[in-house]
Amino acid sequence: MNPSYYLFLAALLFTIGALGVLLRRNAILVFMSIELMLNSVNLTLVTFSRIRGTLDGQIMAFFVMVVAAAEVVIGLAIIMSIFRTRRSASVDDANLLKY
Amino acid sequence: MSALAAVSTGEAITFWVLGPLAVIAAVMMVLSRNAVHAALWLAGVMLALAGLYAAQDAPFLAAVQVIVYTGAVLMLFLFVLMLVGVDSSDSLVETLRGQRLASFVLGLGFAVLLISALAAGTDGGDGVGLEEVNAEGNVIGIARLLFTNYVFAFEITSALLITAALGAMVLAHKEKGPESLNQRQLSRARFASGHPHPLPGPGVFAEHDSTATAALLPDGSEAPGSVDAALSEAHTGDTGGSVHHR
Repeated sequence: MNPSYYLFLAALLFTIGALGVLLRRNAILVFMSIELMLNSVNLTLVTFSRIRGTLDGQIMAFFVMVVAAAEVVIGLAIIMSIFRTRRSASVDDANLLKY
Repeated sequence: MSALAAVSTGEAITFWVLGPLAVIAAVMMVLSRNAVHAALWLAGVMLALAGLYAAQDAPFLAAVQVIVYTGAVLMLFLFVLMLVGVDSSDSLVETLRGQRLASFVLGLGFAVLLISALAAGTDGGDGVGLEEVNAEGNVIGIARLLFTNYVFAFEITSALLITAALGAMVLAHKEKGPESLNQRQLSRARFASGHPHPLPGPGVFAEHDSTATAALLPDGSEAPGSVDAALSEAHTGDTGGSVHHR
């Protein structure tokens, strides 16, 4: 049991989150997958902090959490306003600029 | 040395319990069709990660993870899910042909790439460990760094949070339309206008639609015979009100 196991776990979780972004089309679920990716990166930062023996990685993870909280607020507000005008939360329906 | 080994086995048990739980919950989050179930699975992932932070000498981050992520962010997700409508679940029709297969292949390739790069890049040692910097306590160590080296970033964060709050207010605010009158107010307004009776139908150039009002010819004169003989005799000279030529 050495700390690099955590890194492998984080890589796996990040891949699952990326797959969620690619596969799901409900904007809220895409957003949840992005949160999963952010969380797995936080796990990587905490592990690196432990491997290197400094707390800078934990500080970085803390800032990632703060920025993620702000990002979730804005992102969900955008999804809400899109839903209000288009009556749909699917990322495929917002295609007015396509053609 | 034996104490360290005991800590290590305890950590190994924590890892091998919480790690697979996190992976299973993440997979279920991606695969579950109901958005609320996905949110609950995401809560599972976040709680498992909080446990893993605690196992890695980061108790402060474990607490923040539970409070901020599972407490605030996930509740926000659930609120928006309820506002948008729980039954607005995904349609499972592929809009791009072969997209699902392509993303699986891409995901597999990405995982192999990441894991092989990590395996090549880490030496498999235990690392330095946080016993020394956590000697005073994890929270004190983080606070010391946060308010010295990272104090500028910390202050910038407050601007970011205020901007986010304002942005959410601007984006989610809904303008109210003009107040609609109720039936009582409408009725009062109608009698106050001096015109309580219904107006004539469209295309009628008169302010009165009584049968005693003569119809108008195209040149504006009254059409003879448009008013019943009995009525026109009874009300000679009174057409039931003024007829306006418009």
